[in-house]
This record gives sequence, C-alpha cells and structure tokens, in this order.
Amino acid sequence: MSDLFHVSSSPHVRSKDTSSRIMLYVALALLPTTAFGIYNFGYRALILILVTVATCVLSEWVFEKIIHKKSTINDFSAVVTGLLLALNLPATLPWWEAVIGGVFAIVIVKMMFGGLGQNFINPALGARCFLLIAFAADMTNFVIDEYTGATPLAAMRNGEAVNTMNMLIGKTAGTIGETSVIAILIGAIFLILMGVIDLRIPGSYLVTFVIFILLFGGHGLDWNYVTAQLCGGGIMLGAFFMATDYVTSPITPNGKLLFGVCLGVLTGVFRMFGANAEGVSFAIILSNLLVPMIEKITIPRAFGQVKEGK
Amino acid sequence: MALMTFKGGVHPYDGKGLSKDKPIRELLPKGELVYPLSQHIGAPANPIVAVGDTVLRGQKIAEAGGFVSAPIYASVSGTVKKIEPRRVAVGDMVKSIVIESDGEMKEVAYARTQDPSSLSVEEIIGKIKEAGIVGMGGAGFPTHVKLSPKEPDKIEYIIANCAECEPYLTSDYRRMVEQPEKLVAGMKIVLQLFPKAKGVFGVEDNKPDCIAKLKELVSNEPRMEVAALQTKYPQGGERQLIYAVTKRAINSKMLPADAGCIVDNVETLVAIYNAVVLGVPLMNRIFTVTGNAVAEPQNFYVCIGSNYREMLDAAGGLKTECKKMIAGGPMMGFAMFDLDVPTTKTTSALLCLTEDEVAENESTACINCGRCVEACPELLAPSRLADYAERGQDGVFEKWHGLECVECGSCSYVCPAKRPLAQSVKTMKKQILAAKRKK
Repeated sequence: MSDLFHVSSSPHVRSKDTSSRIMLYVALALLPTTAFGIYNFGYRALILILVTVATCVLSEWVFEKIIHKKSTINDFSAVVTGLLLALNLPATLPWWEAVIGGVFAIVIVKMMFGGLGQNFINPALGARCFLLIAFAADMTNFVIDEYTGATPLAAMRNGEAVNTMNMLIGKTAGTIGETSVIAILIGAIFLILMGVIDLRIPGSYLVTFVIFILLFGGHGLDWNYVTAQLCGGGIMLGAFFMATDYVTSPITPNGKLLFGVCLGVLTGVFRMFGANAEGVSFAIILSNLLVPMIEKITIPRAFGQVKEGK
Repeated sequence: MALMTFKGGVHPYDGKGLSKDKPIRELLPKGELVYPLSQHIGAPANPIVAVGDTVLRGQKIAEAGGFVSAPIYASVSGTVKKIEPRRVAVGDMVKSIVIESDGEMKEVAYARTQDPSSLSVEEIIGKIKEAGIVGMGGAGFPTHVKLSPKEPDKIEYIIANCAECEPYLTSDYRRMVEQPEKLVAGMKIVLQLFPKAKGVFGVEDNKPDCIAKLKELVSNEPRMEVAALQTKYPQGGERQLIYAVTKRAINSKMLPADAGCIVDNVETLVAIYNAVVLGVPLMNRIFTVTGNAVAEPQNFYVCIGSNYREMLDAAGGLKTECKKMIAGGPMMGFAMFDLDVPTTKTTSALLCLTEDEVAENESTACINCGRCVEACPELLAPSRLADYAERGQDGVFEKWHGLECVECGSCSYVCPAKRPLAQSVKTMKKQILAAKRKK
C-alpha cells in the first residue's frame, strides 16, 4: 500500500464558531451593562465585579487541578458566570460574601455536576439565591447615591409612584447590572445580531409576563404600570442573559417557547403574590429544573413526519 | 419571487472558484482500468467476461444481478486481466473486473434512435436499464427502477437535481454550462414516460448563468420550467429539493414517488439521453479534481474505471502537502487513505485539502447551544441523538426520530464544540437498521 492519508467520518469541514468565541460574545454583550453598573454604583461595583470574575475562574482552575482534569478556563464560561453573578449582586455586598458566591457557583453548581454543559441550573443564579438565603440583609441592601433606597419594584409594591424614564436609563437602586434597560438591550441586540441568542425565550417570557400582570396585576390596562414592571427588577437581564443560558434552557424550538411561558407565569406569580417584590431569579431556577420535562413533551416533529394514528 | 428553499441548512465555504471556470477536458486513461461489480445500490453485477478475453469499448462486461441492479460496460478496449477484489474509494474491497487498455479505444457499434418520441415507455425503460444507468449524484440507485413507480399516473414532477450544493464540486455546473441541450433532451425523454408530469430544473442561485441558459432552452418546452433555489447546503438533498420545489415533505419511510416526484441528477439525465438517443451505455462521467492542494484544479471527462492517481497527475499533481483526500465533496464525501482506487458511476470528485479541520479541532463538551437543531434540515435535535447514540440508547434515539437523519453533516459542521455529531448518529442509525433487518 502506498502513503496513507488522514481519514475521518464526513463532514470534513467545520464552521469557524467555537464555544469560547460564543462565550466571549456573551461577555462582550455584558460590557454596556457592566460599564453602566460601575458608573451608577461607583468603585465598589468595579471591585465586586473583579472579585467574582477572578473567584470563578480561579475556582474552576483549582477544582480541575485537584481532580486531575484538563483545565477548561480558556472557554470563558467561568468569566461569563462570574460577570453575571456580579451583575446580580448589590454593589454594597462585602467582597468576601461575593467570593463565597463565586466558589458556590463554580464548584457546587457547575463542576460538581460535571462542568460546562452538565449543570442543570444557572450557576450565577444558583449562587445568587444561595447568597440571598445566607446573607439576606446584605443581599437586599440597595444603596444609590449614598442613600439606601427602595428598588423601584419595592416602591411600587408600597404603592409609591416610580419614574419609568429613570428605570429605562437605570438611575435607580438595584443590583449592579439590572438597573439599566437600555444598556441591557444594547447587549441583547448585539447577541441577536451575532446569532448567539434568538427571541424565542426572551420573547415568550416577556409576552407571557405582560399578559399575566394585565390579568392578575390588579392595575387593569395601565401601560405605565406594565412598563415599570418590565423595566424594574432583574427581568430584562434575566430574560436576555440568564434565561437564554444554553446549558440550562431547552434545546427544542417549541421547548424554548414553553420555557419562556413558564418563566413569565412564575415571575408573575412571584412578583404579584410572593413575599418579595422580585422573583426573576427564582423563576429562572425553577424553570431550569423543568427543562428535562419540557424537552420530553416538545420533541420536534421530524421533517415529513406524518402523525401516527393511535 | 422569493427563492425556493427548505428549513435549516448551513452555508459552508463553497470553494467552487477553484475549478468552476475550467472547461471539461477529455482524459484518456492509460494502463489498467478497474470496474467494481457493485457501483450501485442493489445486487452486484455478474461478470460475463473471463480473464484473457479481449473487449471493446462499449461492450457489456457484467450483467445486472437482479431487478435492482445494473450492468457494467467496458469504457476502453483491451484485455481482461483479472477478476478479483479491489479497493474502492470508500475503503471497501469489492470484486472487480480489471481491464488492461490497449490504448486504441476501439468501440462497438451503437444503435442510434432517430426519433425518440416514437419509442414506447417499455422501450425507453429497457434502454435505460440496458445502459446500466444509476443515480450518478452519489447514491447509485438504478434509474430504471426509479422510473418504474407503482402508479406512473401519480407522478407530477420530474425534478432535475441541478443544485450541486456540495462545496467544491463543479462537474454538474460544467455540464450545464457546456451541454445544457443534452440535459434538456434527457428531461424530455423522462417526461415522455410520465404524461402528467412537469419537468423542473432546480438550480441554486449561485449559478445564474445556468439558470439563464436553461430558461432560454426551456422557453419552447411547455412542460418544463427552471426553479431558482436558495444557495444553501443541502439544497440538493433529495427530500430537501422536493420540498423546495413542491412544498411536499417526505420522510424516510416514503419514496419521492409518494409525493408525486422523481428526482434525477444532471449526469443521470445526460446519461439517459446518451443511452436512449445515441444508444451509448454509461461509460463516462464528469469528474472534478480540486482542492487547495491541487496544482491545477480541473474538470475531466473520464472513462469510468480510471485510476484516481492518474487523474490527480493530469491535474498537475499536488502543489503542497495534502492533509486529506476526499472522494466527493467535503460535507458527505469519504476520506480516502489510498489513491489507487477507480472512478465509478457515482464518484464525482477528488478533493485534496491542505487542512484537516476535523483533526485540528478538538471536540469539547456540548454547551447545548442548539445550533445543530437550527441547522438540521430534517428538524431533528442532533446533539440529543448523538448523546443517545453514545450511550447506546436505541429506544430514545428512535423516539427522537434518529432514523430520519439524512447524514448531511450540517450538525457537525455548525457545532461550536466540534463534536462529531453526524458520525455518532450515522453509526447508531446503521446499528438499528442492521438489527431491524435481522428480525
């Protein structure tokens, strides 16, 4: 036999997209939100962001070192997790609590279940909820411009009027990354244009949520209230950046729509009837748990498949 | 009008620029030609020559081994040297007839038909069957079987697959540019078999010259039309093409005829013309030698049975180190470990790449991004199927419609984690189908 060549199963070409490039796009898309958070909340926000990102990357590296696995920190997913976690924290949180959050996100939520692609809830949100329970007071201490202030959602719950324009821009109290709807949307549009996310999940989430509060919000057809609900709290950040997390959302096209509906209903329930003004994190985590079930009932119908008579 | 297309698909780098403007060059084979007895789907052909016999070009050397089978003809004159297993492009050893060419190309006399419109349906199908014509796009399904559906009256569309959606391939393109009359004449003959059908040439819109040329040719043919298709892989997949043209969807358990369609590739229609009008059996085809490692990419008119190495040499050989040799296109072609294999009725190209993108990209964990789902023209969830395949879960695999996979490779192509999705799915599919046949 003559000289031998490489063989492999077809196809023999691959697209240029890689997992790390996708993660990098997500990190880039979070930059406007991050920058606004730092502008809005000052140097404490910057420190928290740096601390959580560093903690996440470092804990992934250390964990993989300990279990003798090849390091995967180059895929940027730990950076994204760290950034998302920071954006979900109040700027006043003590740095060591953020460190605990970062370690929890990576080690407990992500690596313990097998690393990237295997975690069944969003690591950043898992850590946020852990911190909310563990350090409830620090996690709900929102300060803006040196004054402790209620978040717009909390204010609305108490029947106070809110300035929706300020909420759109983001000059309100809240977590580092949730306040500016405009900054979030800039990033979201970038992700949609780059083909990283599509509108199935955020679209069905937001539409369902609006319908829910129109029906059960107790304000009737008050568009001012609806707008404030959409701009307040973590719903925008959650809908575009966390509900769309690939790993913890359904892969089936109809499953994505159904997932969005679950999110909308749960967020509505938590916000309208729950003890807190906010409910996005819990809604996303609960819906994450429903993903296997959602996929099971939304197995796509194959091309040309005819419904079988039973 | 919006371009016709299907859902899903991918846009790989097309690479056709390397060879698309190279006119078809006739290549006379030297030395030894190899004719595998299984160049088609169905029973292998049975040799009717013995070692030592002298044969003429155009002489039948193997008879069809059944209804779903096809005869094989010598494409050169010479002497039968051996009848033995030889390696073919896909890597298998196949029993083959080996003929030593005498270089004279002495031919048999062909029986021309002056007026094909006077032929009956049986006569036309008989000529096609006798000429050994099979689907020349790659599958190799005997054409006379395809043209004999159970209910010929229900056939409404004869679709000429002129999509050529595989990157790098330009053989159909050159045929359409240089000899579109033959293609149209082939279509006319097929339409004669199906009085109720309309002939549609489905061409991707990256070949505007072909679309224009064909439109001009069919302007006087009331039963033919040209459909411009969106340039997208796998537009030339049979199920995708049928859907693009007719909006009828078929699944793996159906035949195109169930949707009133028959699909034939460009080369096949030309072969039908040659067989029915000129009386010439299938002995030649257009073959592209291309890729960035080839000195002078070319489109050759080759004798079936010619050696790949000979064709590569005729294209100036390799100009740089070649990492991967592929029989066919980069999406569905077969990687070859050896160049000493013959061309067959179904092989359309030799592609020599300087990069092995599969080996260079390490596969990592699935991030569940769903790109494979978006790309799958069969609307499946390839990453799930690959998981089930790797775990050997045949039940769930079937429940997620794994058997509907058309093996186009779009999922592997788009996967950002570079997982060999198509490979896993194909393997599982083969295992399940094999187990089903055993039952």
